[in-house]
Amino acid sequence: METEPVLQMRNIRKTFPGVIALDDVSFDLRRGEVHILLGENGAGKSTLMKILSGAYERDGGEVLIDGREVEIGNPRRSQSLGIGIIYQELNLVPHLSAAENIYLGREPSRAGLPFLPFIVDRKAMNGSARELLAGLGVNLDVRRPVGELSIAEQQMVEIAKAVSLDARILIMDEPTAVLTEREIRELFARIRRLKADGVSIIYISHRMEELFEIGDRVTVLRDGSVVGTRDIAGATKPELIRMMVNRELTQQFPKVAAPRGKEVLRVEGLNRAGVLTDISFSLCEGEILGVAGLLGSGRTELARAIFGLDRIDSGGIHIKGRLQRIASPRRAINLGLGFLTEDRKTQGLVLPLSVRENICLPSVDAFSRMGVVSRRREAEAAAKYRKDLRIKTTGLEQRVVNLSGGNQQKVVLSKWLVSRGDILIFDEPTRGIDVGSKAEIYELMNKLTAAGAAIIMISSDLPEVLGMSDRILVMHQGRINGEFSAAEATQEKILHRALGDTE
Amino acid sequence: MTLKTYVAQHGRQFGTLVGLLVLCAVMWILTPHFLTISNLLNIAEQTAIIAIIAAGMTFVILTAGIDLSVGSVLAFSGVVMASLLQKGAPVGVALAVGVLAGFGCGTINGLLISVGRLPPFIATLGMMSVARGGSLLFTEGRPISGFSESFRYLATGRVVGVPMPVLVMLTVFFTAWFVLTKTKLGRYTYAIGGNEEATILSGINVRLYKTLIYGICGGLAGLAAILLTARLNSAQPIAGMMYELDAIAATVIGGTSLMGGEGNVFGTLVGALIIGVLRNGLTLLNISSFAQQIIIGLVIIVAVLLDMTLKKGRR
Ligand SMILES: Nc1ncnc2c1ncn2[C@@H]1O[C@H](COP(=O)(O)OP(=O)(O)OP(=O)(O)O)[C@@H](O)[C@H]1O
Ligand SMILES: [Mg+2]
Repeated sequence: METEPVLQMRNIRKTFPGVIALDDVSFDLRRGEVHILLGENGAGKSTLMKILSGAYERDGGEVLIDGREVEIGNPRRSQSLGIGIIYQELNLVPHLSAAENIYLGREPSRAGLPFLPFIVDRKAMNGSARELLAGLGVNLDVRRPVGELSIAEQQMVEIAKAVSLDARILIMDEPTAVLTEREIRELFARIRRLKADGVSIIYISHRMEELFEIGDRVTVLRDGSVVGTRDIAGATKPELIRMMVNRELTQQFPKVAAPRGKEVLRVEGLNRAGVLTDISFSLCEGEILGVAGLLGSGRTELARAIFGLDRIDSGGIHIKGRLQRIASPRRAINLGLGFLTEDRKTQGLVLPLSVRENICLPSVDAFSRMGVVSRRREAEAAAKYRKDLRIKTTGLEQRVVNLSGGNQQKVVLSKWLVSRGDILIFDEPTRGIDVGSKAEIYELMNKLTAAGAAIIMISSDLPEVLGMSDRILVMHQGRINGEFSAAEATQEKILHRALGDTE
Repeated sequence: MTLKTYVAQHGRQFGTLVGLLVLCAVMWILTPHFLTISNLLNIAEQTAIIAIIAAGMTFVILTAGIDLSVGSVLAFSGVVMASLLQKGAPVGVALAVGVLAGFGCGTINGLLISVGRLPPFIATLGMMSVARGGSLLFTEGRPISGFSESFRYLATGRVVGVPMPVLVMLTVFFTAWFVLTKTKLGRYTYAIGGNEEATILSGINVRLYKTLIYGICGGLAGLAAILLTARLNSAQPIAGMMYELDAIAATVIGGTSLMGGEGNVFGTLVGALIIGVLRNGLTLLNISSFAQQIIIGLVIIVAVLLDMTLKKGRR
């Protein structure tokens, strides 16, 4: 067996104004292994990977590939060294098709026409893109602009793109955060085949179950330093969590059922052609209603319809006992709704603005008098959630663009907590959030429901849905295909309904 | 916040200011006359009109928009106001109508963009032509000249030695700074430019605010028209040609990103002054207006290139 590491990173150091993101980090990767990187939000995982991909320049340390020192410098060089990366945030060109995105920069040209190498062979390109995606179990029209695809589909396009590079070292930064069971299965099968072909994979995820299923070794980072590296075979979950957060975690799902109050939301016979069919359900004060389902099952579309973003063809939405026509998010918010969207980068955050400004954006009205905004009151509100959710930032005035993915997610969440809606729709609320902070977010949800708020929690994380919901709706192809109480629900039952079974 | 992080975050602003000071120093060395009080006031006075337009342009560009119509809107506001003055309307009324005419044109731009969903470039390109044609038609192509002393005082008057246009400019910039940094409107301006979809999803009436922002931009063009008309003692239907380009240049040199969401009016004021100082200094140096154009063009390019490399250097 070959033991020389394919990749070694030695004493890597990286600082940003006001933060030491990586301090003396060493890391190695063997041929054909899946090496997990674990760490809290802001621990430095993505930064380390961006140094490998050439997106960032390191301040110190060295990188060796096959035992030879290399200078990476820029993304092109990284690619030519055989490194492929799936970034934590999607990096697709929305107006280009899936196929065009996958082959961006290396479009196949028409064979037999050597004089016209710049003419793209669309047929070949679309064909191989289709094949590539099919190999990942995804069937979609590769000619559609990716901006029109769901976020999970976009993620699969990213994965297909990275896989098609034939990289020797493949980095996956939270590839499964937005995927549902089915795609995760396909992805893991693909990872196993890549491993067999000798590809080395660095894998980042906050879903602890995945680590044990797919990983060979794990390296834990904390505050920019390596805590240790372990063989997965000999590691336990509590041990890894302790290494990661440096404290005991009492309970993963600290669910406290709140007394159920009046009905606050009732949806009756909601239809939207081709997307939602005959959706009816209700939601009461103090309740957390989990919504499970596969990619494209219409969960996000349901939330959008309720929040006034998409038109509905028929059906009624009753808020606090009154039939309402919700034509805009503005109206929805005035009625007490809040909607945490699944894609923080395009829909949740204003990246160039500060943490404070983002957290307070839906609530500026409440913080201003005669059009003048009180920064002091904004800062108070933002500081509270920065503390409660442990948002890692150099300060409230730091621009959110510079926060780590998980910390950005916490900002989006805070935004809706500050706005004090009492009917909250959370679409993948803990996407990219570390285990320690997840527990804190669940505690917060308990507090909210205890105070009488009602929460709809759309999530692809089944343990989370099972652990935190009072009731669970399962969607399939735009319909509600099953409803369970917390007591009767199991992972099995939900999966069956999500796949379309009716029994 | 420590001084170091403050400078790191606002470094761009200081960069432009340093650029202005260096430029002044160079001009001073080349022509001693440059650094006299009278010449400096002269520069400020000449800069005032473009700077006021650029203040409005900054709002628009912060939302990731553009307004190509400001020069034509200035002409239109000018002739409307001038004709009222000639008909003997009270100065106050004429001024108000002039500014309102600009505000109206801007509001139409805003509605075309926010409700009609036209790209800002197209909507304001259309308005640029319509407002210009409107002014020409309205005056049959002839300038309207000769106004009362009290009106002309707006350009010629001085308050404790400071020319009126400079006072107006400073008031405009102070107000714009206040609005952008302290008020809801300002916050929403940045938010719309930074991510319009996220702003809509946060429950903000983006259509209303966008319309208002283009209205403000038009209104400031109307205000600039007052100063120009008073200075020339004449309102010309062909006034303000190419002013949109100077205003955009001042904004961009000042560090406001054409992608929206980043920038500030302080930078724009400095940007406008850089253009003003260049024009003035080059004229003092007897450099032909043809060569001046080349130099100003190069300065715009270099300023933005520098800005981009500085931003990249932070990665
Ligand atoms: N461009 C940047 N400018 C300033 N600070 C940055 C920048 N990128 C990252 N940081 C900081 O570096 C630290 C590490 O961030 P990184 O994105 O590597 O975390 P992470 O481990 O990937 O976290 P997550 O699990 O939330 O994705 C964080 O404190 C973050 O705020
Ligand atoms: Mg990350």
